[in-house]
Amino acid sequence: MKDGQVVKGIQFKNHEIVGDIIDLASRYSHEGADELVFYDITASPDRRSVDRKWINLVAKEINIPFCVAGGIKTIADAEEVLNYGADKISINTPALKNPDLIEQLAKRFGSQCIVVGIDSFAIKNNYKVHLYTGDPDQSKESSKTTNSWISEVQDRGAGEIVLNCMNQDGVREGYDLGQLREMRNLCKVPLIASGGAGKMSDFYDVFNQADVSGSIAASVFHKKIIDISDLKKYLQKKQIEVRL
Amino acid sequence: MPKNSIAIVNAGGSNISSLTFALDRIKASYITTNQIAQIEDSSHVILPGVGAANDAMDKLKKSNLIEVVRNLKQPTLGICLGMQLLLDHSMENNVNCLSIIEGRCKAFSQQDKCPVPHMGWNNVNFNKASPLTEDLDNDDYFYFVHSYYAPITNSSIGITDYSESFASIIQKDNFYGTQFHPEKSSDQGSKLLRTFINL
Repeated sequence: MKDGQVVKGIQFKNHEIVGDIIDLASRYSHEGADELVFYDITASPDRRSVDRKWINLVAKEINIPFCVAGGIKTIADAEEVLNYGADKISINTPALKNPDLIEQLAKRFGSQCIVVGIDSFAIKNNYKVHLYTGDPDQSKESSKTTNSWISEVQDRGAGEIVLNCMNQDGVREGYDLGQLREMRNLCKVPLIASGGAGKMSDFYDVFNQADVSGSIAASVFHKKIIDISDLKKYLQKKQIEVRL
Repeated sequence: MPKNSIAIVNAGGSNISSLTFALDRIKASYITTNQIAQIEDSSHVILPGVGAANDAMDKLKKSNLIEVVRNLKQPTLGICLGMQLLLDHSMENNVNCLSIIEGRCKAFSQQDKCPVPHMGWNNVNFNKASPLTEDLDNDDYFYFVHSYYAPITNSSIGITDYSESFASIIQKDNFYGTQFHPEKSSDQGSKLLRTFINL
């Protein structure tokens, strides 16, 4: 999300507008998406919290759960987003800047609505967490390894982890199965794969080989390369449990 | 009172916008209230559930709604915690509930493949016929978020498997309860709400 529009980039750069928030939300919920995640990508780099007017419109429009991310730095920020009708909040950069925030949010709202998003960049088999990833000029490596951060956020009360494998983002060459498999073994809470989906078999591979609880994709849906209902029928045929 | 004047019992100002938006989508008219007369005069009552069982019972007590809810004769639907409140007791802070339907809520134990809270889509097996589920497809998926569960009893009309099998829909006379959130359960959830308001 940027300036009231849905945008998508490649490896977190060169974002282009792909459509109107409400139109896309409505389309995806009708196609059978199980959950929608909205990232206000410039919220943290711009040092503001997420722009919230659209949350209420989304909540009125769709009948499936949705998660909102973007510069949620305080209990009050989170409360506002949830009161507007979001089911979950996802925190990323603010959790890295202030890890206590995860505990505070989990205690106040319950782990079930606290998602921690992790932007992980691989150099060979070393995985490092990045922050401020919504703006290519500010995106930078943190001091944390992805492995240690995954353990820490669970200890602090995260109810779900979304792992964005940055090298794969937007390039549609498949999920980072090796990284996801390694991180799955560290997770007691649901792990959601993000970054790299290009064709239907990529989704099958990530469920079958990395045993993730869910997968997120953007480009292939935004660009109408894959229809969600076709994808779910394909997965069901391949014996992956899906809601049809 | 006009048909379909739904009273949403909200004794404590909890956030119920997801429910009201869902009712708007199916063009149902409703009021959100803790006023005894408005609840008694409504055609249907919904008891939403957000928060912890003891808080919710305290709030019902403070609004003098315990006996009012127990004596309702119109179709009444408890959702999530609202369903658990219909039972005898909840292990959540060890609180006595409304005792409208037999049963005691227990906590899920944390297990490897079944993290707590149970969160996400799961299917519901309609083990017993009920007017609430007659238009729905058996084994369809609904959206759950909960850490406590109702045991399977004679009042169970839908059953779901997680680390334990539990009652995901219950009914006794005019009282119905769903452990899942129909307001977030896509078209099947909307269908269930529409069926309820036409009971």
